[in-house]
Amino acid sequence: MKARDLGELAIRNLREALLRNSLTTLGIAVGVASLVAMLSLGVGLQELASKRLSNSGLFDTVIVMSRSASRGFGRAPEPHNDPANKPAPRVSPPLDDVARQAMQKIPNVVEVYPQVRFPTEVRFGGAPYATMVAGIPESAQENGAFDGIDGKFFSGANANEAILQIEFAKDLSEQPSSLVGKDLVLRYAERQALAPEARSTETTGAAASDAAGGGFSVVPRDMNLRIVGIVDTEPAAGFGGIGSGRVLIPLDVAEKLRATQLNDLRDVVRGTNGKTTYASLTIRAKSPSQVEKIETAVKDMGFSTFSLLDATRNLRIFFTIFDLLLAIFGSLALAVSTLGMVNTLVMAILERRREIGVLKALGAADRDVKQLFFAEAGVMGLAGGILGVGMGWLIGRAVTWGTNVYLRRQNLPSAHVFSVPLWLVLGGIIFSIVVSLVAGLYPASRAARLNPVEALRYE
Amino acid sequence: MNASSDSAIRADRVSRHYQMGSSLIRAVDDVTLIAAAGEFLALLGTSGSGKSTLLNLMAGLDRPTSGSIIAQGRNLSELSPVELAQYRSRTVGMVFQSFNLLPKMTLEENVELPLRLAEVDRSERPARVRESLERVGLAKRAGHRPSELSGGEQQRAALARALVNQPTILFADEPTGNLDSATGESIMHLVKEIQQSLGMTIVMVTHERPLADRFADRIAALADGKLVSDRVTA
Repeated sequence: MKARDLGELAIRNLREALLRNSLTTLGIAVGVASLVAMLSLGVGLQELASKRLSNSGLFDTVIVMSRSASRGFGRAPEPHNDPANKPAPRVSPPLDDVARQAMQKIPNVVEVYPQVRFPTEVRFGGAPYATMVAGIPESAQENGAFDGIDGKFFSGANANEAILQIEFAKDLSEQPSSLVGKDLVLRYAERQALAPEARSTETTGAAASDAAGGGFSVVPRDMNLRIVGIVDTEPAAGFGGIGSGRVLIPLDVAEKLRATQLNDLRDVVRGTNGKTTYASLTIRAKSPSQVEKIETAVKDMGFSTFSLLDATRNLRIFFTIFDLLLAIFGSLALAVSTLGMVNTLVMAILERRREIGVLKALGAADRDVKQLFFAEAGVMGLAGGILGVGMGWLIGRAVTWGTNVYLRRQNLPSAHVFSVPLWLVLGGIIFSIVVSLVAGLYPASRAARLNPVEALRYE
Repeated sequence: MNASSDSAIRADRVSRHYQMGSSLIRAVDDVTLIAAAGEFLALLGTSGSGKSTLLNLMAGLDRPTSGSIIAQGRNLSELSPVELAQYRSRTVGMVFQSFNLLPKMTLEENVELPLRLAEVDRSERPARVRESLERVGLAKRAGHRPSELSGGEQQRAALARALVNQPTILFADEPTGNLDSATGESIMHLVKEIQQSLGMTIVMVTHERPLADRFADRIAALADGKLVSDRVTA
């Protein structure tokens, strides 16, 4: 029989026992819905986690430090005895602007920026507030963390503007939103390098190169900043920072301040010949998958690197197992509905014995009868799949809505815990059809084997 | 009449035995029978004589335990299941005592069913369905369901369905068994008319000798699975 005839006859037969076949189809739909809902939850949570994590700057970030800085206190440099290994330079080249520009040229590097972060004091409304200032690179604007900003992002890389972290904003005013547009005064300690002759002349010999003290004096400065926005958390905090910033200013502005940072004191001891060096640089890669290559390139330049590459790998394994478990639980409902479908089709054979006999007498081959039952199972699977995906999507919407109501009550930002990607929609429908066809295997072959003489005698 | 080229269907020493518990039922036992092309053959016998079993064997619904059935030069026992289905679909048509129309389908759809199974082109179907229904005088009732028709009309519809694939042999299993005598008689006239106008071979099972005497060209009587007489009617 031709496919179109099969389809027409199958749908006609399904319509004849409408209630029973609808219930069977509904059973399949519930099974598919539970599977789709579970997988959507898995996918949604995974997307949520990876979005949050990539926004956190943990996984596409390489932290670069000079080797001397990363070596433990009082520990001798490790000897490189293995001639096969390329001996790394024992002492890194200085981590200065030259190195920064070289890193910028490594393929797939989005940006290289220093961590500028210093404790200081701001004055607002005449009162002093101790806080931590952090420089934020331009690229951070693309971060999801600024999505919920109350106000605006910096108008430019050199704007004298500040974004306040909400907790700090609450310290300044009971109505944080009212702060946007107001000015505050940033007080900070500017570092001014001492002239070479002012330096101590007592450093001698071998130590001179490493420890020619780069002394500096500290001058207090004021700077007016306009508050442009209030944000929930500091985005792209990365790691290696000391405390999270509560007053966020454009990175370029922060760098120009030459504010005294915590690591400056160590620089005084180590000495850097008066040139600006960075305690650490942050390299942002285009994607987490590029991190490894960039790390290798930076290591070849003689620096130490640090990234959370292994952590992403573990996270992926975790989510794979998590999805698998969700899929297994979702499949249980589908397994039950599969049995329901087998039952319906077997019942249909008993009921339609005579019809099968007539079909065979009129020239239907075993194959035709088998295909007819398969087509009926397939149509139920298709209908159940479409209905099930729709139901799964609705469940997802409901769960997202419920979760967000709860999150709002807890004063947390809303989140999309559900995601129904296209592959899940198509996969759900195809899976439903395949499962239905498998369920139809036994009934179809049983119907096909029916002896026409006995079937026609059946009343 | 032993020339095979002249015969529409020939049963040669055919037996059909069933095992029922410990006893062997010889439903058809060593029957040799020929229906010539264009002949109206009646299989006459009481209930349990094996006449229906023999009809099912000749119609390709069942396979003999031994012996052979030759139709159009082909031995049915040697056909594959698919070939046998094609034989049922294209070479033979069948009507039953209980009509066996599918109740949820209209007459039109019932008659179209063999065309679907034979994979006849869609564009040809409406004309053939109409022609078939016209032949049995039911063209005006094409859109009705079997339950809306009388018994006689249902049997006519079944005849239209059996004829739609233009078979060469029509098998009829007690076609008047569920009908009153007047309606049965009109059905028999229709079958006779089909035989004569289309030159079809008819093999009909019946237990009514008068009916067989009046309409059949030849009567083969069976008892306990054996052929007891085979004679041409006057």
